[in-house]
Amino acid sequence: MDLKTTYMGLPLKSPVVVSACTLSEETGNILRMEDAGAGAVVLFSLFEEQIREEQARFESVLHATSNVFPEASGYFPQLEDYHVGTSRYLDIIRQAKERVHIPIIASLNGITHEGWIEYACEMEQAGADGIEINIFYIPADIRLSGAGVEKRYVDIIRAVRQHVKIPVAVKLNPYFSATGNMALQMKDAGADALVLFNRFYQPDFDINELKLLSNLHYSDAAEIRLPLLWIAILYGQVPLSLAATTGVQSAKEVIKYLLAGADVAMTASVLYKKGIDHIGQMNREIAEWMNRMDFDSIAAFKGVMSQRNISNPDAYERANYIRILTGAQGGIR
Amino acid sequence: MAEKNTSAITLDGNEATAYVAYRVNEVCAIYPITPSSAMAEFADEWSAKGVKNIWGNVPDVIEMQSEGGAAGTVHGALQTGSLTTTFTASQGLLLMLPNMFKIAGELTAAVFHVAARSLAAQALSIFGDHQDVMAARTTGFALLASSSVQEAHDMALIAQAATLESRIPFIHFFDGFRTSHEVNKISLLTDAQIRAMIDDDLVIAHRNRALNPDNPFIRGTAQNPDVYFQGRETVNPFYTRTPEVLSRVMEKFARLTGRSYRIFEYSGAPDAEHVVVIMGSGGETATETCRMLEACGEKTGVLRVRLYRPFFGEQFLEALPPTVKKIAVLDRTKEPGAAGEPLYQDVVTVLAEGFGAGKLARMPHVTGGRYGLSSKEFTPAMVKAVFDELKKEKPKNHFTVGIIDDVGFTHLDVDPYFSLDESSWKQALFFGLGADGTVGANKNSIKIIGENTDLYAQGYFVYDSKKSGAQTVSHLRFGPEPVRAPYLIRQADFVACHQFNFLEKVEMLPFAKPGATFLLNSPFGPEEVWDHLPYGVQRDLIDKKLRFFAIDASRVARETGMTGRINTIMQTCFFALAEVLPRDEAIAQIKKAIEKTYFKRGKAVIEQNFNAVDQTLGRLFEVKVPAQPTGQSDAAPGLPAAAPDFVRQVTAIMMRGHGDELPVSALPVDGTYPSGTTQWEKRNISDRVASWDPDICVQCGNCSFVCPHGVIRSKFYHKDYLSEAPEGFKNAPLNARGFPETRYTLQVYLEDCTGCNLCVEVCPATHPLDRAVKAINLREKAPELEKERANIACFEKIPLNDRVSVNFSTVHGAQFLEPLFEFSGACAGCGETPYVRLLTQLFGDRLIVANATGCSSIYGGNLPTTPWTVNKEGKGPAWSNSLFEDNAEFGLGMRLSADKQLAMAKDLLHQLEPALGADFVKELSDAPQWLESEIAAQRRRVAALKNRLQTMDNPLAKHLLSVADQLVRRSIWLVGGDGWAYDIGAGGLDHALASGRNINVLVLDTEVYSNTGGQSSKATPTAATAKFAAAGKRVGKKDLALQAISYGNVYVAQVAMGANPQQTLLAMREAEAYEGPSLILAYSHCIAHGIDMQKGLDQQNMAVASGYWPLIRYNPVLRKNNRNPFVLDSMRPAIPFRDYAYNELRYKVLTQTNPPEAARLMELAQEMVDLRWKTYEDMAGFGAKQFQPVV
Repeated sequence: MDLKTTYMGLPLKSPVVVSACTLSEETGNILRMEDAGAGAVVLFSLFEEQIREEQARFESVLHATSNVFPEASGYFPQLEDYHVGTSRYLDIIRQAKERVHIPIIASLNGITHEGWIEYACEMEQAGADGIEINIFYIPADIRLSGAGVEKRYVDIIRAVRQHVKIPVAVKLNPYFSATGNMALQMKDAGADALVLFNRFYQPDFDINELKLLSNLHYSDAAEIRLPLLWIAILYGQVPLSLAATTGVQSAKEVIKYLLAGADVAMTASVLYKKGIDHIGQMNREIAEWMNRMDFDSIAAFKGVMSQRNISNPDAYERANYIRILTGAQGGIR
Repeated sequence: MAEKNTSAITLDGNEATAYVAYRVNEVCAIYPITPSSAMAEFADEWSAKGVKNIWGNVPDVIEMQSEGGAAGTVHGALQTGSLTTTFTASQGLLLMLPNMFKIAGELTAAVFHVAARSLAAQALSIFGDHQDVMAARTTGFALLASSSVQEAHDMALIAQAATLESRIPFIHFFDGFRTSHEVNKISLLTDAQIRAMIDDDLVIAHRNRALNPDNPFIRGTAQNPDVYFQGRETVNPFYTRTPEVLSRVMEKFARLTGRSYRIFEYSGAPDAEHVVVIMGSGGETATETCRMLEACGEKTGVLRVRLYRPFFGEQFLEALPPTVKKIAVLDRTKEPGAAGEPLYQDVVTVLAEGFGAGKLARMPHVTGGRYGLSSKEFTPAMVKAVFDELKKEKPKNHFTVGIIDDVGFTHLDVDPYFSLDESSWKQALFFGLGADGTVGANKNSIKIIGENTDLYAQGYFVYDSKKSGAQTVSHLRFGPEPVRAPYLIRQADFVACHQFNFLEKVEMLPFAKPGATFLLNSPFGPEEVWDHLPYGVQRDLIDKKLRFFAIDASRVARETGMTGRINTIMQTCFFALAEVLPRDEAIAQIKKAIEKTYFKRGKAVIEQNFNAVDQTLGRLFEVKVPAQPTGQSDAAPGLPAAAPDFVRQVTAIMMRGHGDELPVSALPVDGTYPSGTTQWEKRNISDRVASWDPDICVQCGNCSFVCPHGVIRSKFYHKDYLSEAPEGFKNAPLNARGFPETRYTLQVYLEDCTGCNLCVEVCPATHPLDRAVKAINLREKAPELEKERANIACFEKIPLNDRVSVNFSTVHGAQFLEPLFEFSGACAGCGETPYVRLLTQLFGDRLIVANATGCSSIYGGNLPTTPWTVNKEGKGPAWSNSLFEDNAEFGLGMRLSADKQLAMAKDLLHQLEPALGADFVKELSDAPQWLESEIAAQRRRVAALKNRLQTMDNPLAKHLLSVADQLVRRSIWLVGGDGWAYDIGAGGLDHALASGRNINVLVLDTEVYSNTGGQSSKATPTAATAKFAAAGKRVGKKDLALQAISYGNVYVAQVAMGANPQQTLLAMREAEAYEGPSLILAYSHCIAHGIDMQKGLDQQNMAVASGYWPLIRYNPVLRKNNRNPFVLDSMRPAIPFRDYAYNELRYKVLTQTNPPEAARLMELAQEMVDLRWKTYEDMAGFGAKQFQPVV
């Protein structure tokens, strides 16, 4: 069965792509992902603030412990080899590119204009096949307008686009007034693909300690509906490659996303739970389904459930909402 | 033909030596000791990086448990054919002596490289002299002295070549700190030159002499009176030959490098009548001074001794000018009671023998003198004083130079104004803080100038003895010729003050030449700065016509995102003003150096530093110096009237940095100093200090419990005391029912506070509306200072809470106990000192402490001021440090003494029973002393006894009077770090614990050798990096607790104050109450962990939460009562080990340098944590009989 697909111009042998997660911190795991049948790997995210924070912490510790006392000129061995910048990340790109054949997409989570550009360029030079820019931004400053927020996204994309030649995907959040229009703006700014959606890690409270809790929870299959909706709406309307992320636990979610119009579906949570080899299982189940449904390629069914292709496009809009609500009330009765 | 060597490089003596030693050896067995540690560290780093020796293999470097262990390992490796070396100093060399006799007796080729250092006698000193190498002069090792960084580099090779040929092992030594730590521009030996010096046939011959089962023999027999003597004489020809071998090697070296050395190097007038004989770095000073005197027409000369053992008389005599009439032999050592110091004695012997044999026309007049002990300055003026003395008809013999000896009047008078012609040098002095990067920047400047220009450069760095707020003085010289000046700068062309508040504390401008440049880091702008200068500084600026520049470097640092790091900024100013290099070139070089230093740390860091450089020049301004001073007279503030005489007359002089001026008579004869002197040294090292908010406080006592510096004190008292309190004296109702008239005050001694923030971190009480505000917070000190001084005075008038009335089984109660360990110079936020302070609160008035050498002996016992103090009755901890390796035995000896004298006291009591009364004697002998009230009662009895004894005319009464204090139960504590307990002192500790005697051991476990710079110990955990474990520690941490538990009768506790202070308190009290050996392992966070020190307690908590550091108590008393003695006090692990570990740079480093190995070791470490926890959990569930019975 032909599971080939194309994601932001990169030919992939499977639509199952490993999304940015800590598993890819080890190149051994990247090899296993390829062996298991992943179409591509989005590397773990390079967080600019983390790098800056590490650098600052490192410098501060070094500063506080060097040449302070006659008996000890310092307290740590081989410091010149300890590099807290991007070099380790870039090394992983290089090592991965040497050892696997599937595309390696670097993931960048920046905070400053210079950071976005500098790190993106470094990633390209290290051999990344593409860059996923992960704009994790909560506009907590209430004076900032929606237009201002959108401009920020567009500026970042434009800056990165101007400095790299490899494809650029944008991982975005769903909280725009007009997600479709935003997608168009991103396209105009130079994005090659959209990754829908970024999950914000929302806080909880510990009511005894009066502290914020920010523990991470894995996504589950029930969370696919929002990205599914927007992929289905955007497919065919915006000339961008689309990737779905969130809730991909099995072949079933991959198939749903492809039906909506995604080129690829990204997964991570399930790999923590069931192991990297689970990618193979997903590929097999997609192939079985295609066989059962008599689809001989991904292209044959990609987007068939999109808003553009279904017989009742309104179903994706308000009419659908009313029906669900009505159905729900009925359910309660 | 000499190979032209263009590789000029700036190195310090340690690196210069290690560079060669590493390349010509195959095995290094070492143990860290100041000032030699860096040699071993370099070797270890190179080995870890795969740097090869000249034969293309990577030397194997191993850290041992002690220098004794290192010497044994060296011996074994040598006997099996490896080229083997070691690096050491001081007591380390002494621990090697037994093996050295063996190595020499077996004619084994080896070189030990020694950064020569003082020996611990009346006190320890980390600084340099020749006492250690002189103690090794009978071992049979050859002793080869270097006098400069270049020589240390060259002699390291010469010694190696000579040992291989002569088969006599060598000590190659140079002056600790003065040479080991001096940075100088040297010509680096090429590998080809090194290769050419080493004869492979001799290497193979060395190997062929090795133990080999294919060619077996035995070596190391036991011999009887019939042959031992003759056997000892067999080596003589080898010693006779050594000077000739060495001379030949030196000649070969000269051919290869162009640098010529002689065994005895004479310089000066060929017809000199007065000659100084000297060894080590002082030889440089003497030679340069002699050159000047000679130019003035004086007939003087200097004979420098390079090879001291074997001392070859003939060559010595040949080297002397035949015209010599008087000789002064200078020894940098002290041999009390000897006819003279060693070099002097050898010279006298050789001269006498030479004269007797007719080789000398006349017997010169010989005098001997001592100089430079513990790196005491040895200056050209002192050399001149020696020559001047020789001019006298009867020159002083057995003199000293460099001190004032007003007891034996041995000293020579020194002309303080004499100096050499220094006009070809640019000399610069920098006054900085240890933590402000001044020293690092200056090392960098030397590299920039030394390695990028034709100029020669020298740097030497002086630190004070505190670990927090330490002051550094950098001495930099630059000049067109090699800088041979192993002494401090007295007249600088450039003086920089990197900390504005030093102006009040440190005299800097007396060191400025007239017309010199003064650079100040000032928070005040061009218009205001002058008015903020002390009068003395203004006067010097005017009188000496100094150019005065200032910059607000701290602000530039802040604005460029480098808060607190003013080093790059001040370095830029130096280059801009000092005119050592053209300004643009200097700036370009600084930037190049920044790129080189930070290229792996990302562009952002580089850009940040570049930005700081660029911002600097625009912000540097020249201050117009007025014609007259405008400031107030700045006579140094005197000490309070309450300060004891010794503090006023001696300690205060040291505190002001004038200790060199103290005469012999001022110092105690036997190393005994008064307790409690830190209270007189208000160091004011932090601008932000702890400040109490009574309205929020719940009076839990956590803040004072964790305060590493003992600056937070609590008292409760009747409200009437407030009637005399100054306005603003903080107080609150005591947080306890039934005391409506009782108030509570928590007083911060803010001038002693280091601003470490631990108290704020641990405070549980927060403002109801603003969680960021706690009951104790850091605030600016300046606005509170005067007010709080008055508050402290008031607080001190309030009586201490009676120990009998305080419930100190709780943390809350413990806050009311007076700490008898206060204001130490430990690092801000130190993880060790809270335990030490608590010890003194609980048992201080009857405490004797044996303190192993290490951090705790330095912050506990380094002059000028020491933190162990006394209570109002004059009682307090009696503290002593013997050595590093013997602390358990030292403490055990104290116990034996206490037990013995107690027995004697009881015996005498019984003998005097008829006079004292049976009931009184019985009470004194048998009174219980477990509760504070019982101890107080016994103190009263003992006081009464002493009163009565004083009136009795009876020899027994006199004896009893001398031991009566023993009737109050003494608490003997053996305190030290993990380096002592796990490594060098492990054997002794084991034995002391096994003795069954009532000793209490407190191990301040930082999991590395903290004092010497973070070397791995057997307490270093798996997966952590440390020096000598750069690739991550692969072996698990020794479980000292289980080891001790295996004896059955040892009380053992593992505590972490940051996780459970109550358990710490309980464990200390249980340990002390247990009438047998006790061991407490205390988790002590440390700057060597690579943490933000204010989070130290959090890390302790996480260490426990992860199961890495389970809290346990093993109490043999429970076993005796047929209960399970093992109590697990901490909860099951709640977080993975990595969550704790990766907050610390020591673990994190490996994730960057070797991620797969980091992951592997982390997994292994987790497995170990799990296993250990399971073992402990199982033990906690055992029945009593599953543990050793207790006799």
